[in-house]
Amino acid sequence: MKILLMGNPNVGKSVIFSRLTGVHVIASNYPGTTVEYTKGTLKFEDKKVELIDVPGTYTLEPACEAEKVATEMVKEGDLIINVVDSTNLERNLYLTLQILALKKPTVVVLNMWDDAKHRGIKIDLEKLGKLLGVPVIPTVAVTGEGIKNLYTRLKDAKVPPHPTYSKDERWLHIGEIIDKVQVVTHHHHTLIEKFEDASIAPFFGILLFLVVLATSFQIIRFIGEGLIGYAFDPFFEGIYAPLIMKLSAVLGHGGFFHDIFVGKLINGSIDFGQSFGLVTTGFYVPVVMVLPYVFSFYLILGVLEDVGYLPRLAVLMDNIMHRLGLHGAAIIPMILGLGCNVPGALSTRILESKREKFIAATLMAIAIPCMAQTAMIIGLVGSYGGRYLAIVFGTLFIVWFSLGFILNKVLKGESPEIFLEIPHYRIPNIGALAKKLWMRLVGFLLEAIPFVLLGVLLVNILYTIGFIEMISKITAPIVTVLWGLPESAISALMVGFLRKDVAVGMLRPLNLTAGQAVVGSAVLAVYFPCVATFAVLIRELGIKDTFKSALIMMGTALIIGTVLNIIL
Amino acid sequence: MISLADMKVNQIGTVIRVDGGAGLAKRLEAMGIREGKNITKLNCMMMRGPIIVKINGCQVALGRGMAKKIMVEVGT
Repeated sequence: MKILLMGNPNVGKSVIFSRLTGVHVIASNYPGTTVEYTKGTLKFEDKKVELIDVPGTYTLEPACEAEKVATEMVKEGDLIINVVDSTNLERNLYLTLQILALKKPTVVVLNMWDDAKHRGIKIDLEKLGKLLGVPVIPTVAVTGEGIKNLYTRLKDAKVPPHPTYSKDERWLHIGEIIDKVQVVTHHHHTLIEKFEDASIAPFFGILLFLVVLATSFQIIRFIGEGLIGYAFDPFFEGIYAPLIMKLSAVLGHGGFFHDIFVGKLINGSIDFGQSFGLVTTGFYVPVVMVLPYVFSFYLILGVLEDVGYLPRLAVLMDNIMHRLGLHGAAIIPMILGLGCNVPGALSTRILESKREKFIAATLMAIAIPCMAQTAMIIGLVGSYGGRYLAIVFGTLFIVWFSLGFILNKVLKGESPEIFLEIPHYRIPNIGALAKKLWMRLVGFLLEAIPFVLLGVLLVNILYTIGFIEMISKITAPIVTVLWGLPESAISALMVGFLRKDVAVGMLRPLNLTAGQAVVGSAVLAVYFPCVATFAVLIRELGIKDTFKSALIMMGTALIIGTVLNIIL
Repeated sequence: MISLADMKVNQIGTVIRVDGGAGLAKRLEAMGIREGKNITKLNCMMMRGPIIVKINGCQVALGRGMAKKIMVEVGT
């Protein structure tokens, strides 16, 4: 048996899903957080049944891919939990009537019940239940209010006895329902609501955006640097390093196993940046150099998501994004990509056309470095001075913009216009924020550590068998002549296919000049996506388009590497 | 009768009809923008950027091209 959670975007389906199944999924305050269905299990009438969190949709006649997923899923459901935003009953009922017309057992959940009260909206639950012919249950999913009631009343789900309405009758019927069950009393604009309007006003909105951007950036750096400098690094150097030195002694300070696990000793001791063993650099890179930045980035992103700022950013960016053949909503994959390119690529599903998806995914994969990579670039290039960091990120921005501009001119087709619901601002729930941050950190570690270790292991083995030397000879004309990098940089470029953060880390022991560090970082960012992102791109764009996208990346890397090498 | 794009900020109007394909009408309708509804223009971004409207107490951003196809009667 399958139970489906369905409803308009951004009504809280994912929160209810987490509450009912205990499976945690990312939930945020913007339409389109869930682009793929998530499955969990739940006990229902003494049996284990499947609960599916379906991406939000306004209608069962879909317009974008995330909505298509919803309409496809519907066929498989045996019971539907229709989640409705209580503050916007009228519009939500449009989908509700479509769902009821499917003649499947249904329960309607009026979520954000507290919000409706605050806004002076009164809904007669009993009457609504009678008119719809199915149970109606109020909930406040974020706090868990009403979830137990929902759970116990699932067994009362009913196939509505009413006739199905034609399209024209639907609104008429909704109008009748609203007249009978809903009373809206006037309420004064709260401070938050005034701020809502101001944050998308043409001038104040842009000013606010700049403030948000600068503040976020400063906080991310402050927390990231602080955690590394005062917590993670001292711990590794003071407590972990002596332990590894003992291990090194046990392994005899050298030999094959020593070199794979501990790596090379630099002047008789461990250098976490350069030793390059599994338990030295292999742990140090993801845990000490990257994790603190990933933590601080997702902390800030979580707040911005849950407050509801991202859709407003989409509106402000709409104009710029149109020059790239996209519309404002495409800023969301870009922002998510700054954390990790994988969710970034997945979220291109909120875009309507294939062309848009291609442009957005390509631009994201080519010019948006993930936080892991960014942290490593800051570590490497930052040591030569902020000026060089600015060159790396400036280059990536220029690539992002000019490539988008070119793709928009070259690719046939038009770019659709933005059409996006702007949710109310909400004060984030601390528990929900913490849970989301935790999930993302665990997700990062589970994904990063195996790949980082694999990368380190592979490099060690390939070195030993002389494979890297061979590749270095073949690629020397590009790497050394065009890009001006030392031949030894090729191993970093090879690891970059697996994990970009380790790859940047591998440039550190090479004693590069500032210019070489800039070229190396920029090329590593651009030349190819990491394997995890590549797999998602194939799934989202298809093999042919991913191939095209990859060609663009390699070509761009060739050009910018050469240009930067000449300039610097 | 004027288009939503030509409305002034903070003006309230009633949607009369949607000029354009059935696809557009359907999408607008699902979002609550349909004949007979009151619609308030809240903001419009400079340089032909998107327009933000309030419908059913809920804010929606839409492109100018779409807004041009939504015809409204503005109360006097």
